[in-house]
Amino acid sequence: METAENKNADLTAEPLTEGTAETAEASDTVEETNEKESAKTDNSRKAVILTSNLCKNYDDVKAVDNLNLVIYSGEIFGLLGPNGAGKTTTTLMLLGLTEPTSGHAYIDGLDCQRQSLLIKEEVGYLPDNVGFYPSLSGRQNLVFSGEMNGLTEKEAQKRADENLKKVGLEFAADRNAGTYSRGMRQRLGIADVLMKTPKVIIMDEPTGGLDPQGTNELIEMIRDLSVKEGITILISSHDLYQIQKICDRVGIFVKGQMIACGRINDLGRQLMNEGLYMYDVLAEKNNDSQWDRDLEDAVRAIPDITLMGKTANGTVHVEAKRDIQKELVRILVDKDYTIRSLHQQGGDLDEIYRKYFEKAEREEAEKAAKEEEKKQAKKAKKGGRFNGTGKGRRK
Amino acid sequence: MAQAKAEENETGLTKDFKKLGRNLRESARERNSEAARINRRGLGVLYRKELADHLESTRFQILFVLFAVVTAFALNGAISSLASTAQQTSDGKTAVSEFLFLRIFTTSGNNVFSFSTFVGFLGPIIGIMLGFDAVNEELAQGTLNRLAAQPIYRDTILIAKFLAGATVIALTVFSLGGWMVGIALIRTGLVLSGEQVARIVVWFLMATLYMCLWLAMAEFFSVVCRHAATSALWCIALWLVLLLFMSIIASAIAGWIFPTTGYYAQINTFRNYALQLGINRISPYYIFSEITTILLNPNVSTTNIVSLLQSSEGAIASYLTFGQSMLQIWPHIVCLLAETAAFFAAAYICFMNREIRA
Repeated sequence: METAENKNADLTAEPLTEGTAETAEASDTVEETNEKESAKTDNSRKAVILTSNLCKNYDDVKAVDNLNLVIYSGEIFGLLGPNGAGKTTTTLMLLGLTEPTSGHAYIDGLDCQRQSLLIKEEVGYLPDNVGFYPSLSGRQNLVFSGEMNGLTEKEAQKRADENLKKVGLEFAADRNAGTYSRGMRQRLGIADVLMKTPKVIIMDEPTGGLDPQGTNELIEMIRDLSVKEGITILISSHDLYQIQKICDRVGIFVKGQMIACGRINDLGRQLMNEGLYMYDVLAEKNNDSQWDRDLEDAVRAIPDITLMGKTANGTVHVEAKRDIQKELVRILVDKDYTIRSLHQQGGDLDEIYRKYFEKAEREEAEKAAKEEEKKQAKKAKKGGRFNGTGKGRRK
Repeated sequence: MAQAKAEENETGLTKDFKKLGRNLRESARERNSEAARINRRGLGVLYRKELADHLESTRFQILFVLFAVVTAFALNGAISSLASTAQQTSDGKTAVSEFLFLRIFTTSGNNVFSFSTFVGFLGPIIGIMLGFDAVNEELAQGTLNRLAAQPIYRDTILIAKFLAGATVIALTVFSLGGWMVGIALIRTGLVLSGEQVARIVVWFLMATLYMCLWLAMAEFFSVVCRHAATSALWCIALWLVLLLFMSIIASAIAGWIFPTTGYYAQINTFRNYALQLGINRISPYYIFSEITTILLNPNVSTTNIVSLLQSSEGAIASYLTFGQSMLQIWPHIVCLLAETAAFFAAAYICFMNREIRA
């Protein structure tokens, strides 16, 4: 336990990649989340969830491969990845429900493997497709959870009522949980997690299978938990849009490996650093969205522009090697155009995700190709040796 | 501080004792650590919930009523033929009159089995019914991972479920048995001696243990099988094999290894019988019926081949004392306990190695 705490302290002291990214000057597309984030990180940078070289193998498949994850107090962290990327396995290991093959995980300084009971005391878990005892009412289910967590029946009743109110399920409190819809179950799940006063909540696909309305409500609720109660939340999901709305930081997880981690904007910027800036511009002059020759030439004259093309509705797609937004806007205004919309692609999680995913796949393909090459080289070498001996003999 | 001063004054032996006491206290404190305390609390809550679930389930209520009806029929049959049973035995070489009341459980009426036979036959069904969906149902409902995420150790889930099932079984056996004894007391006018009460209580305990064995088996299958239906089928299959076909299998194997025809018949008869008995005793049903015979019929003094000779060659009729009867069934009790423990351990190991995910 002590060693775990020490490690904890070490890691908080260590300057992290996220920290350096933060010091980089804020980009022109400032968002509220960004502002809030930087304010938050100044006073509290205590690592709550911490994994070091966490691995989990199933037979010869690596479900989780050397995962090093740090999640700070009070933040919402999104674990993103396609199905089968090892997200659920990671959450299970964090809760001590699955033994890691190697490596360690700590929550709040407690070893997830050895002190699972104390971990489960303060970590709430909302599993994918959460289930409740169908023959008990929603309230009874909550009271049961409360009692499991050491509340007396009276306290549990009281808190169950509070939580039901919080998630807006008072109307169905006394109905059997078996009759609940998917969305209601998910909300009851949140109420259930709150029956213990959790420091950390781990959610596995919380919005899976919900309608948009239900999803939005749930997202609001989760946001509230983080903001009002200061709970650290880890969400694993493949629902990019939701993650983007809610998470302070995200980790992109592919085939058991974390290929990128950081704030969404930073991730976008990382992509941009690799020389990819994309803009969609819709600008009009006299209600005509067709650009005249003059303007097109002026835009083309901006250095580092790589591509410019028109789409059917008049939107112009521009790609550049560096941030040209300012110049673009200036030219448009100079030429007396009204900018109806200017959208920069790449800051979008969808885009980031796709790019990283492609990158990971490309790297893998390259690796495979290299290996193939090596094999070929070996073969060639073998052949060469034979030739050599032949030559030698001839000599 | 005051304690330390007092310790200084003490010498020699008392000091050692104090040391021992301190060590004991320390180990007790370890066992009463925060985690252990939390776990016990969870065990209690889960146990109560499981118990309530069982008692409120329609399935259990129906089976309980069924068992009550069967008990009533068995009791009625036993009482109606009790007079003739008593007559026969006192006409013969044994005298049963002193323990006539125990015959209530083992005497069968004209068309119905005795209560002990019913327990032997239907008892397993109660055990199976309480356990066959213990774990896989939780898995299907998606409540297992939520439960496992509560502050309890994982084995607590299995233990609480088994304890709750065992409690329900004990409640069933003792309530129905007690009810039966009460009615029989009123209707027959027989008086219970202390020894008879002891034998009845021990027999009830044995019936509970016997059913718990089936409960443990059912829980094992509930861990192994993903679907409740599959585990139920497995349980029923084993129930049929162990209850109905075991004797056939045993005689077939014994007859094959030690044939009792031809030249070897003389030599093989005893071995054949011994082997047959050995194989039969794999079945908890057979063990339970032997326990029943010894406990509820003090005239029977042994369960091996001597018991056959005893009846055919006419041993002197005398009772075994309660203590001696217990000595006779002691191996049987150990065997039942061991089989229960084996099934529970198998379930435990499977469950602990299982990955819990929806």
